Amino acid sequence: MRIESKQAFEEAVKAATALNEKRTREIMVCCGTGCLANGSQAVADAFAQRIGDLGLDVKLSLHAKTTGCHGFCERGPLVVLKPEGILYTKVKPRDVDEILEKTVGNGEIIPRLLYRNPENRQPIEKYEEIPFYKHQVRVSMRNIGRIDPASLDDALAHGAYAGMARALFELTPEQVIAEVRESGLRGRGGAGFSTARKWDATRKAVGERKFVLCNGDEGDPGAFKDRSIMEGDPHAVIEGMVIGAYAIGAKEGYVYVRDEYPLAVHHMNLAIEKAKERGLLGKNILGTGFDFDLKVSRGGGAFVCGESSALMRSIEGKIGEPRAKYIHASDRGLFDLPTALNNVETWSVVGQILNQGGAWFASMGTKKSKGTKSFSLVGKVKNTGLIELPMGTTLRHIIFDIGGGILKNRPFKAVQTGGPSGGCLPADKLDLPVDYEVLSENGSMMGSGGMIVMDDRTCMVDVARYFLNFLIDESCGKCIPCREGLKQMLHIFDDLVEGRGKPGDIERIERLCKGMQLGSLCELGKSAPNPVLSTLQYFRDEYEAHINDKVCPAGMCRELTTYKINHDPCTGCHMCTRVCPTDAISGKPKEKHAIDQQLCISCGSCFDVCPEEQCIVFLPKKDIGGAHATAGN
Amino acid sequence: MQPCVDMTLLDDILAQYPHEEQSLIQVLQDVQRAYNYLPCEVLEKVASELKVPLAKVFSVSTFYKAFSLNPQGKVIIKVCTGTACHIRGATQIIDEVERRLGIKPGETTEDLGFTLHTVNCVGACAMAPVVIVGDKYVGAAKASDMHKYLTVAKGGDNEN
Repeated sequence: MRIESKQAFEEAVKAATALNEKRTREIMVCCGTGCLANGSQAVADAFAQRIGDLGLDVKLSLHAKTTGCHGFCERGPLVVLKPEGILYTKVKPRDVDEILEKTVGNGEIIPRLLYRNPENRQPIEKYEEIPFYKHQVRVSMRNIGRIDPASLDDALAHGAYAGMARALFELTPEQVIAEVRESGLRGRGGAGFSTARKWDATRKAVGERKFVLCNGDEGDPGAFKDRSIMEGDPHAVIEGMVIGAYAIGAKEGYVYVRDEYPLAVHHMNLAIEKAKERGLLGKNILGTGFDFDLKVSRGGGAFVCGESSALMRSIEGKIGEPRAKYIHASDRGLFDLPTALNNVETWSVVGQILNQGGAWFASMGTKKSKGTKSFSLVGKVKNTGLIELPMGTTLRHIIFDIGGGILKNRPFKAVQTGGPSGGCLPADKLDLPVDYEVLSENGSMMGSGGMIVMDDRTCMVDVARYFLNFLIDESCGKCIPCREGLKQMLHIFDDLVEGRGKPGDIERIERLCKGMQLGSLCELGKSAPNPVLSTLQYFRDEYEAHINDKVCPAGMCRELTTYKINHDPCTGCHMCTRVCPTDAISGKPKEKHAIDQQLCISCGSCFDVCPEEQCIVFLPKKDIGGAHATAGN
Repeated sequence: MQPCVDMTLLDDILAQYPHEEQSLIQVLQDVQRAYNYLPCEVLEKVASELKVPLAKVFSVSTFYKAFSLNPQGKVIIKVCTGTACHIRGATQIIDEVERRLGIKPGETTEDLGFTLHTVNCVGACAMAPVVIVGDKYVGAAKASDMHKYLTVAKGGDNEN
């Protein structure tokens, strides 16, 4: 069954496509991390069994992240019925018979399983019509939710390895690099370095062995597009890497996947095994004589291993400490041999670029940032999940048209991009077109595509402190500016959020930031001040309120905030009592409730669930007075 | 203090990898999974078999978060502290688990029932805040529901 010629490849694709077309009906059960958590495996099993019992000619495909996860994870398990494209949410095994009988058998819709537009509660039948999908242009995520990641034939029927076949059969390595250069593709891991230049440098470098690596150590909190690609379409990554290896002259490669993504590791391993069986990977690929071996390397749970030199040390079995950047990986990377490292998303579009041409990819995007970019849109936004759009789309379009606006229609405050190396952009930056340059010019960065939306209940000082806390944990400790700078800065931030801020703290923070930017060894330390500096730039008044007035304007810093129930609007709905973790709220149903300040830990759970306007309110703790109101201890 | 550890598990793991430094992290991953922590005796053997100095094995064991040198609880609770989870209330959840179990992140209850960890994003941000109790992902988790999950997890021990 090995494919060993151009003709055999074309025939294999034809056979796979024919098999797909013969099946007019497809039932796709999302089996991504989110839906699995909600029990989608049981639903998939129930479909498989009933279809077998009934002898129906239905193709059952188990998809990793069928719908690209847009808050639908909460609504999982998700089932999509093709050809109509009907989306059913929260499907239980007991619904399976009804779906097979009514929808598959008679074309009847089952209204109770449909998705409802959160705006007007109207049911939406087809998933393409859901606003979240309507505006998207999917290249890297083109097959996620469409193919069964465990089936190579399904991938072939959906165009996988076509770009690789073109590269290997028709182009020289130089021509492959030229095609990628024309596409204008830049690294999707965040820094935005030209992919063609990186490949070219590695090709020209001298070394007895060369490597291509895939960075699947998606450590930025709030980003999960790489997980989704590896889980949902691992063949796109393999295809890209074979093309890259051919262009560079590498015979070995590793996919470095973070330890927190067990399903991604599993699907990548499975796909590699299947590709090897069919001669799409390994020795003598497609009979062209080109050899390329690919392995998965599991990370150990260290954020710094997303940094290229640390990642390579980790594959070597060492601790993930970065080294100085003047040594280029293209000259001396893994095992000190020439290495090209690209992000999962970068690899996943390479096949499409070779298949559809560099010019096609370059026709999308902005002047310097070409093509499409995937983001995970999360946080306080109505539709959360993975999106892919041409570069240059405005933040407003992303957050309000695709994201559907802010949860509970609260005011928008900021959007955080670029993870711990990025920054927070305020409301007056919403009309900025998103590309590498624009984000950097405004104090943030592209990063690996996390886009975390924040509302007025997010304290920007707390957000900056959150990232410092994150980075302290993750700093490898090799260089002093990063290790000590973060620590000292966190001390100051602890003071701010606990009511001990003093004049001069902002200036002290700024000085530390400058030291870290100048003195740190790797990008982790150099970019660590970004979340701090961007919040200072756009939300300085919040810092001043914490320092001068001992007030948290968002009401999130516990030591500065207290909650109170206003008697008039309280209907005694009892919702707050149910969520209070310390039983600090007293009151019978339908009677006025009250908070015991001695028991209250100011967590804000009650505030967030209260359905009435102005019923539960937060106040600066100092305004309440009394023994309990003293800040800190 | 500790009963003798079963070294045959290690032999099975070592048989799957070439005996060289490059295999170290992969071997330790499997050891962590098989033993639920990295027992000292096992590390000594890993060092000699892979021909890596024991100091280096310890350095790797303590650098990466996936490894622990102390026995872990039967049920491991991981509270995701990714940005999306943070702004949707992960802190409340950590506080609540701390209150219920009397342990801080990284610690294990005395009866070895539970270990609490915080993790930097498990990539299930659309379900934020996320808690992983044992193998079960809980999305849109609420602090006030944590006692339920803990009770279920404790009762579920027998099934494992």
